[in-house]
Amino acid sequence: MLQIRRLFKQFDDLTALADIDLAIDRGEIVGIVGTSGCGKSTLLRIVAGLEAPSLGSVVLDGVAVAGPRPEVGLVFQEPRLMPWLDVRANVEFALARRPRAQRRPLADAALARVGLTAFADALPQLLSGGMAQRAAIARALVARPAVLLLDEPFSALDAFTRFDLQDHLLEIWRADEPTMLFVTHDIEEALVLSDRVVVMRAKPGRVYAQYRIELPRPRRRTEAPLQSWKERILWDLDLAKKGPEPEFAI
Amino acid sequence: MTEAIARIGRLALRRGALGLVVPALLLALWETLSRSGAAPPNLLPPPSGVLRALRDLWVSGELPGHIAITLLRVLLGFLLGTAAATVLGAATGYSALWRRILDPLLQALRSIPSIAWVPLFVLWLGIFEASKVTLIGVGAFFPVYLNTMAGIQQVDRKLVEVARVHGYGGVGLVRRVLLPAMLPAYVTGLRGGLGLAWMFVVAAEFMGASEGLGFLLIDGQQTGRPANIIAAILLFAVFGKLSDVALARTARRFVAWQDSFENAEEKKANAANPAPLQAIR
Repeated sequence: MLQIRRLFKQFDDLTALADIDLAIDRGEIVGIVGTSGCGKSTLLRIVAGLEAPSLGSVVLDGVAVAGPRPEVGLVFQEPRLMPWLDVRANVEFALARRPRAQRRPLADAALARVGLTAFADALPQLLSGGMAQRAAIARALVARPAVLLLDEPFSALDAFTRFDLQDHLLEIWRADEPTMLFVTHDIEEALVLSDRVVVMRAKPGRVYAQYRIELPRPRRRTEAPLQSWKERILWDLDLAKKGPEPEFAI
Repeated sequence: MTEAIARIGRLALRRGALGLVVPALLLALWETLSRSGAAPPNLLPPPSGVLRALRDLWVSGELPGHIAITLLRVLLGFLLGTAAATVLGAATGYSALWRRILDPLLQALRSIPSIAWVPLFVLWLGIFEASKVTLIGVGAFFPVYLNTMAGIQQVDRKLVEVARVHGYGGVGLVRRVLLPAMLPAYVTGLRGGLGLAWMFVVAAEFMGASEGLGFLLIDGQQTGRPANIIAAILLFAVFGKLSDVALARTARRFVAWQDSFENAEEKKANAANPAPLQAIR
C-alpha cells in the first residue's frame, strides 16, 4: 500500500503541490492527468525519492520514503539508457545490489518480457524510440519492484508505437502486478490503462477529481463509456468550454 | 588501354590513394626544379637529397639516438602533463568548490604563452632533461585539463539521475556513469595534449640540446645542411602521426559506442565506397 499523506511542495514562490492525499492499493493502476505545471511530475519524483517534500510524507508499506529505493522502479519520459552499455548491460545496471551470477539471467528474462531478446547485445543507438523505451521498462522492472512509477512514458513516441506499448505495458504488468502510478497528459492513455484516474489542476497543484474506471480490460480506445469519461475529464480541465457540463454519475 | 587505366583508377580509389596524387605531383615538380638548378640546391635540396641525408644519418648511427631521446622526452612530458591535468581536471569538473578555487588560476596561467616559461625553467631546473620534460608537460597539460573538466561537467544529468534511482552514489556513480560518459572528451584532450607535446619538444630541443630531432634542425641550420633540416621535419611528421594513430586506436575500443559525427561518417564512407567505383564504369 502506497500512501501519500498531506503532501506539500514549495519552490520559492510557487506552490507546486498543495495538500495531496492519495492512498493506492497494492497492484492498483493509477493514472494522473493534468495540464503542464500542475505538479504531476513533481509528485512522481517525490514518490520516487528523487525530491523531498516540503511537508507531508510518502509511506510505502509502512515505511516512509526518504530516497530512491529498490522497491520502487521508475521509467522516465526518455529512455535514458547508458549509450556505452549494450541493452543487456543497461538492464543489469539496475541489479547492482544482486550477486553478479544472478544478473545476466534476470536481465535476459526481463528482456524476454519486453520482447527485446534479439537486441540484448545491441547498443542503444541502434534501437528505435519504442524499443529503447521498452528497454527502459525492462530496466525498471528487472529488480521486481513493488511499485512502478512512469513519468509520461510514451509521450515522445508516435501514436502507433504508443498504442502498442500501452497494451504491452498491461501484459507486462500482469506478470507481477506491481502497484503502478503513472503521469500522462494523454487522457485516453490514462483511461485505457488505469483502475483509477486522478485529475490534477495547477496553481496550486492539487487533486481536483478522481474517477474509478470499472471497465473490463482490454479496453478499446473508441468504446462509448471511455469517450464519455474523456469528455468529463476534459471538462474538469477546462478544456471543453463549449456546451453544458456533461451529465455524469460518479 | 582505357580499361587498364580505369582499373588502376578504381584500385587507387579503393586504397584511398586519391589523396596521394597531389603530393606526388608536387614531389616530382620539386625534384625537377632542384635538379634543373631553378631552385638553388644548397637551400632547397631535392627529395632524393633528403632521402640520402636520412640514409647517411642512419648509417652513421646517430639517427636512432636522436629519435629515441626525442620520443622519450615527448613520452615523459606527456605523461607528466597528463597526470597533473587529469587530477586537477577531475577535481574541478566534479566539484564546484574546487572549480572556484583552482580554475581561475589555471585559466590565468593558460593565457601565458608556454614558451615564455623557458628561461625560468632553465634557471630553476638546469639546461638538461628536467627543464625540457617540464616544458613539454606544461604544453600537454591544458588540452587535457580543459577536456577533463568539461567532460565531467557535461555528463548528462539525466543519466546521473538514473544512477541515483538505482542506488548508485560516490565510487559507483563515478565508475559506472561519470567515467564512461566523459571518456570521449578525455580522449580528445589526450590527442590535443600529445600534439602539443610534439610541438613543445621542438621548442625544448631548441634551447640547447646536444641530441634529438630538434637538435638536428638547429644543427642543420648552423652547418648549412638543409637536407638534414627537412629530414628532421619529415621524421617529426612521421612520429607525430604514428603516435596519434596509436593513441586513437587504443582509445577507439573504449569510445566505439559514441554515436558521433566521426563514427557515422566513417560508417557512411565504408558503406558508400562502392558507389563512386560504379560511377567510373
